[in-house]
Amino acid sequence: MSIVDNPYESLTGARSGCSAALAGPNVGHVFRSPLRGPWLTSVFGVVLLACLPIVIITGLLDYVAYGQGQGIPGDVGFLRLPFFDWPAGPSWLFRLTQGLHVGLGLVLVPVVLAKLWSVIPKLFAWPPVRSLAHALERVSLLLLVGSILFEIVTGLLNIQYDYVFGFSFYTAHYLGAWVFIASFAAHVALKLPTMIRSLRSRSLRKELATPLARTEPEPPDETGLVAENPAPPTMSRRSALGVVGGGVLLVGVLTAGQAIGGPLRSAALLLPRGRAPEGDFPINRTAAAARISTADTGAAWRLALGGVSLSRAELLALPQHTARLPIACVEGWSTVQTWTGVRLRDLAALAGIAEPDSAFVASIEQGPFARARLNRGQVRHPDALLALRVNGADLSLDHGFPARVIVPALPGVHCTKWVRSIDFRSV
Amino acid sequence: MRRLYGAGLGHLLVTLACLALAAYAGSFLLGEPAVLTMLIWFAGAVVAHDLVLYPLYTLADRALSRLPVPVRNHIRIPALGAGLTLLMFLPGIIRQGEDTHLAATSLDQQPYLGRWLWLMLAMFVASGLIYAIRLSAVKLGRPTKSRSSRT
Repeated sequence: MSIVDNPYESLTGARSGCSAALAGPNVGHVFRSPLRGPWLTSVFGVVLLACLPIVIITGLLDYVAYGQGQGIPGDVGFLRLPFFDWPAGPSWLFRLTQGLHVGLGLVLVPVVLAKLWSVIPKLFAWPPVRSLAHALERVSLLLLVGSILFEIVTGLLNIQYDYVFGFSFYTAHYLGAWVFIASFAAHVALKLPTMIRSLRSRSLRKELATPLARTEPEPPDETGLVAENPAPPTMSRRSALGVVGGGVLLVGVLTAGQAIGGPLRSAALLLPRGRAPEGDFPINRTAAAARISTADTGAAWRLALGGVSLSRAELLALPQHTARLPIACVEGWSTVQTWTGVRLRDLAALAGIAEPDSAFVASIEQGPFARARLNRGQVRHPDALLALRVNGADLSLDHGFPARVIVPALPGVHCTKWVRSIDFRSV
Repeated sequence: MRRLYGAGLGHLLVTLACLALAAYAGSFLLGEPAVLTMLIWFAGAVVAHDLVLYPLYTLADRALSRLPVPVRNHIRIPALGAGLTLLMFLPGIIRQGEDTHLAATSLDQQPYLGRWLWLMLAMFVASGLIYAIRLSAVKLGRPTKSRSSRT
C-alpha cells in the first residue's frame, strides 16, 4: 500500500512558475508514486463496490434478527429493513449472515486502506473548494471516509471486547452505518461512470503480465490522481495488487476460524474467539460476569411456566430431544454443539398453551440481555430447546446451568442462559 | 446551473440526498449523552488515518529508500503485514479491555502480544528466505539483465 514516493526529490522546486505560487501549496510534487491513477483506484473501488453491499445488507439483517422491538437502538424511524419474523431455519442462517458481516468487513480493511492511499492526493487538492458542487461533494466524502473508518474501528473494538470508546456500540455502529450508506450510495452514483471508464482504460490481464521494468505511470488526466512528476517505480502494479490481495488473505486466515470453528479456530491467532477454555467450547459471558451464584442455580431452582413450575429433575424426566445447533454471536464467531433438552413447544403445552405464538424468556441474570422474546416460528421449531445438557454432559455454569434456550438461527445473545421463567403467549 | 453551482442538477440532487439521509441518521442521536464522544471518534478516525497513519507509514517507507529496490520490497511487505495486524488487533496485543474480555470469554489477553511477535517474525523470516532464494537463483542462473524485474 505504501508504494511511496522518491525520497531523493526534495520538496523544493515544486513551485515552478508564478501561477503555482499563487495557487497555494502545490502537492503535485509530494505525491509521486507512479502507480497512483484512476485505473488502480477503480480496481480497489470495484472490489469494494462488489463487497460492501453484502456487509451492509448482512448488518441490517442482524438488526432484524434481533426481533421486532429488540434491536438496538430502539427507535430508528425508517432506517431499517422492513421487519419480518426472523426464521428459525436453516439453523446456520444467523451464523452465515453475521459471519459474513464481520468476516467480510475485516478482510476488506486492507482494500479500504489501499483505496484511501490511492486517493490521498485529492485530500490536499488546491484550491480546496472550486465551486458549490465541489464543496458539497467534499462534505459527502468526509462523511464517507469518516463513516467507513468509524464502522471499522468500532467493529474491530467490539469483536475484541474493548469498549474504550465509552458509548453504546450498537447505537453508534448502526447509525454510523446509515451515514456510510448515504455517502457510499452518493459516491457510487457520482463516480460510477468514472470508474467504468477508468477500468476500461487498461487491461487487467496486461497489467498482470507487466513486470516492474515495464511499469509506467497512467497517462495524466483530469482525476488528479496521476502524479505530475512521478518517481521511478519500486513495485509493479501487479505487485501492488498482490500486496493488497495478500493483506486480504492474511486477515482472512486470521479471522475465518472464529466462524468456521473446529481445528481452524486456532488459526484466528489474534482474536478472542480463536480460543476456547481448555476442553470446552467458547463461552459467551461467564457466570461470574453475569453475577450468577450457585445459590441461584442450586437444588432450589425452579423453572416458572406461567402457573406451572418445574425442578430440573422434573425437566429431565420429560421427553428429551437432541439437536446439533450453532451458537452464533454478533461478533461474527460461532460454534456448533450437540444440545439436549426439552422442546419449547412441549413446555408450552405443559403450560396450557397448545398453539404458542411467542415466548418471553427471562434469566436469573439482571441486565440488558436478561430477557428475550421468541417469535412463533422460533417457539414452534422442533429443534427449539430448553437445553439441560450439551455434548452428553450437564451444562456447566458458564454455559447456562441449570437450563438455557437454544433455537436454530437465533442470535446467540437471545439464547438466554440461566433461564428463570418462560412466558408462552397464544395468538 | 453549471455556472452557478459547478455541476449538473443530478449532482446537486445526489449530494443533497446524501446529506439529508446522513442528517436524518444523526438526528436519532439528539439527546444521546455520548453524542459528542461519538462525533470526536468519527472525526478522529479521519484525522488519525489521513494526518497520522498515512504520514507515518510514508515516513517509514522513506526510511527504507536507500536500500536497493528488491531488498526494500522484501522488508516493506512483511512490515505492512505486521503493521496491518498490529492496527487491527491492537486491543488484544496491548491488553486493553482485559476486564470485558475476561467477562465475555473467561480468558485473559496474555497470549496475543507473543503471538503477534511470532507472526511478525515469521513474515520477516519468510520474506528473507524468499529473497535469499531469488538472489541465489539470479547468481547461479542467467546473468543479471534486470535484477528487479521479478518484484
